Amino acid sequence: MTAMPAGAPAEKVSKKPSLEKGPGPGGAPSASPRARAVRRFRRNRLAVAGGAVLGTVVLMSLLAPLIAGDPNAVDLDAVRQGPSGAHWFGTDTSGRDVFARTLYAGRVSLLVGLAAALGAVVVGTLFGAVSGLFGGVVDNVIMRIADIVMSFPTVVVILVLAGIVGPSVTVLIVAIGMTQWPVAGRVVRGVTMSLRDREYIQAAEASGANARWLIRKHIVPAALPPVTVTGTLAVAQAIMLETTASFLGLGVRPPQASWGNMLNDAQNLTLIQTMPWLWIPPGVAIAVTVLAVNFVGDGLRDAVTPGGRT
Amino acid sequence: MTSLSKKEPAGPLLEIEDLVVEFAGDEETVRAVDGAGYTVAPGETLGVVGESGSGKSVTAMSALGLIKPPGRVVSGRVVFDGSDLRAMPRRELRRLRGGRIAMIFQDPMTALNPVMSVGAQIGEALRLHRPGMSRAKARARAAELLALVGVPGAERRLKQYPHEFSGGMRQRAMIAMAIANDPDLLIADEPTTALDVTVQAQVLDLIRLTRRETGAATVLITHDLGVVAELADRVVVMYAGRVVEHGTVAAIFDSPRHPYTRGLLESLPSLDGEVGDLTPIPGSPPAPGEVAEGCAFAPRCAMVRDRCRVERPELVQSGTRRASACHFHHELAGEETDARA
Amino acid sequence: MAAYVIRRLLVNALVFVLISIGIFVLVRVAPGDPVRMMVDPEQMRGGGAAFIEAKRHELGLDRSVVVQYGNWLSGALHGDFGYSYVANRPVSAVLGERVGPTLQLMGAALVVALVVSVALGVAAAVRRNTAVDYGATVLSLAAVSVPPFFLGIVGIYLFSLKWGVLPSAGMTTPGGGGPVDQLRHLILPGLILAFVTAGPFTRYVRGGLVDELGADYVRTAEAKGASRARVVMRHALRNSLIPLITVVMYQIPQMLAGAVVIEQVFAWPGMGQLAVSSIGQHDYPVIVGFALYVAVLVLLCNLIADVLYAVVDPRVSLR
Repeated sequence: MTAMPAGAPAEKVSKKPSLEKGPGPGGAPSASPRARAVRRFRRNRLAVAGGAVLGTVVLMSLLAPLIAGDPNAVDLDAVRQGPSGAHWFGTDTSGRDVFARTLYAGRVSLLVGLAAALGAVVVGTLFGAVSGLFGGVVDNVIMRIADIVMSFPTVVVILVLAGIVGPSVTVLIVAIGMTQWPVAGRVVRGVTMSLRDREYIQAAEASGANARWLIRKHIVPAALPPVTVTGTLAVAQAIMLETTASFLGLGVRPPQASWGNMLNDAQNLTLIQTMPWLWIPPGVAIAVTVLAVNFVGDGLRDAVTPGGRT
Repeated sequence: MTSLSKKEPAGPLLEIEDLVVEFAGDEETVRAVDGAGYTVAPGETLGVVGESGSGKSVTAMSALGLIKPPGRVVSGRVVFDGSDLRAMPRRELRRLRGGRIAMIFQDPMTALNPVMSVGAQIGEALRLHRPGMSRAKARARAAELLALVGVPGAERRLKQYPHEFSGGMRQRAMIAMAIANDPDLLIADEPTTALDVTVQAQVLDLIRLTRRETGAATVLITHDLGVVAELADRVVVMYAGRVVEHGTVAAIFDSPRHPYTRGLLESLPSLDGEVGDLTPIPGSPPAPGEVAEGCAFAPRCAMVRDRCRVERPELVQSGTRRASACHFHHELAGEETDARA
Repeated sequence: MAAYVIRRLLVNALVFVLISIGIFVLVRVAPGDPVRMMVDPEQMRGGGAAFIEAKRHELGLDRSVVVQYGNWLSGALHGDFGYSYVANRPVSAVLGERVGPTLQLMGAALVVALVVSVALGVAAAVRRNTAVDYGATVLSLAAVSVPPFFLGIVGIYLFSLKWGVLPSAGMTTPGGGGPVDQLRHLILPGLILAFVTAGPFTRYVRGGLVDELGADYVRTAEAKGASRARVVMRHALRNSLIPLITVVMYQIPQMLAGAVVIEQVFAWPGMGQLAVSSIGQHDYPVIVGFALYVAVLVLLCNLIADVLYAVVDPRVSLR
């Protein structure tokens, strides 16, 4: 969606260049774009709340060993117990502590989500930069591929890949990276194209700089703010995909706990009815985490987009 | 400001007084119009000139209540034919819009709805103000209007979409829409700016024609002094959200009494030449929101003095039926007499 | 118009071939004897090693990979996807009976999602930066953040187990059930899929309408004296819905992902449920068939999106 500044200030700028106003965009000679973005982000209550929640979730999974016990310790004397002082979220059918499993599962889900999103962003940045830098046929082919890749549902790609080569975390990360890169790719392509016409890039090219140098020194720094936004949103997407795949039994394999496969364990009407403590914690954890990441991503987007929320 | 028209004893048709319009931005609030005002007499054509950002469009837009958030009319009076538009209920204001007050916009490329046929858009203008009018009747009238504004093959072109019209033809359709309900006041916002030079002349002719046909008073907003010279009876010159000078075309063109107007006229190559280019005045207008003490034009003014930087000049009478917002308008007036002597 | 459609068709056909090559390679990499995947198990039962060898030759599996691919693709195009290991029936038959339920689920959800998202998106765009707008933003973010399988379990827990008002699984009550029974079965999975789908739609509708409401022609309509409602519904909304058509067509394949999950939760006898259970049973021919079906669906939706866009928008000229 095109982000248009809300309502033109003063009157519409005339088409004639000679009549355009001279100094800076918006004429606000305030702080650096970065400082302004930070200020805008801080003012977005949903984003700040999302950041706080996300921080808590990350901290809790990082400190899991200090807060909770062994997630795989089987206590046959305490099977299928409801929440209690000893087991805050109760125990599962093998007597494992659900609280500990939820925390440790968070590590897995966050890690897989981060890795997959990072993969998608790196691949996207590369393709996007190459596409924007070379243009022409290369650009055309890459963008066509991006279109097609984008229209394939990632869950189905995971399903088919896992079905044929067998489910694993690697398959998950590869499938997510493979199907999610076009988002970042488009963004980087746009940034690259607008950079390509700038003088200093042309000068650098003339002095014999190679593509790799250009990408590292100029394109990546310029693309960083918008890519951070897509990267953040990609993390949310990737966590969602990981948990979905694990729920379907195609991701993280038991006995290692992941939020998705904890819910998979609860796929049985009796368990759903009699042991809600089995499925509510991982479900809420996914929802809260993904929502928080999305809020942060949205806030970041509004913060780095000139004109703010449209 | 007292009534400036003597031929219409009923008083002005449109009167804008001390208008202040602000746009709330992300970081700060920008004052686009800062106490501007003018009057339009029935049947007269008023040219409003100024650079982009001078607030000339925003001022006129307020006459229709078309300032939308984040823009806001902070204060001022807008009176049309005796009734206060700012106090008017929305329903009544809507009846005026496109009825007694019609508007022609700058860019005919974007001002027409791209997914609605031209006929439907003209028909809509008609039917909105004549609830009883049948579709067929509106259609027939739309064809008449299109023919009137000089669109060939009007009947056939009703079914076409804006993208099938050329720029000039679109502006004609726009004018047809504006005159559909025989308005008393026509506001034309840079009606020729987006058009090719050859087409500009045709559209100006058309505006002249429609003005004669409908007898509507016209507010012609433009940065092109040539257009003003050709069409307008009186001129209002705006700078940085304020009126800096107004008077009859003859008076202003002969003897401008504000350095800014002077600069504008001097930068005009010749009346029959190319489009007037305003850049030769050194510097650029203050960015909206740049709060300046004293006269807003002072940084660019050739005859600036100390007083200009501290005291903001008010718009004062400078001879009959004209006013200037320069501390030293007398000197400018004096030069005229010197030159004439 | 025809030339345009044909051109799009050719591009899509090329893409399909590329995808099919990818799937073919996967199939060959996958464990399992291709002969077993392609021959009717009834015949296999009688034959020994010699029979399999003969079949191998008959199927061209002793020839070059290119020939093998050609045979496989032409078979697939004729609806021959081989035989399901588990069901001992042709894959096309096994998959075929699952298409209907999936389409029913997706169709119902799509209709509900469109109605809700247009209403909500318009309300949010018109009442920008009010409680309605923030509410719509939070809801649409929730729709993409709360996993559908969790929603499904919550739904089953509340509506089926606790209150007992809606069924928890299947399309009909075994042994009985008329249209009302079917509808009752559809409500939970349908609404959850609709909610998940409506999230992104609402954001598109809102964003598109906000952009359009700032357009010059909207100001023209207002200057004509059109009411706010008319400006929004007749002018801006019509313009903003044109890109939505494309978005919807592109989102339909994404809905399939939601359907896979929801079918699993609600034991809905659709393609997704079949695919997931086939993975557990290593029923490769069915998985491959499913992949091809999805590829066709994706490309078909892309094609329809392109054509519809051209038909609806008068500015797009195809001549």
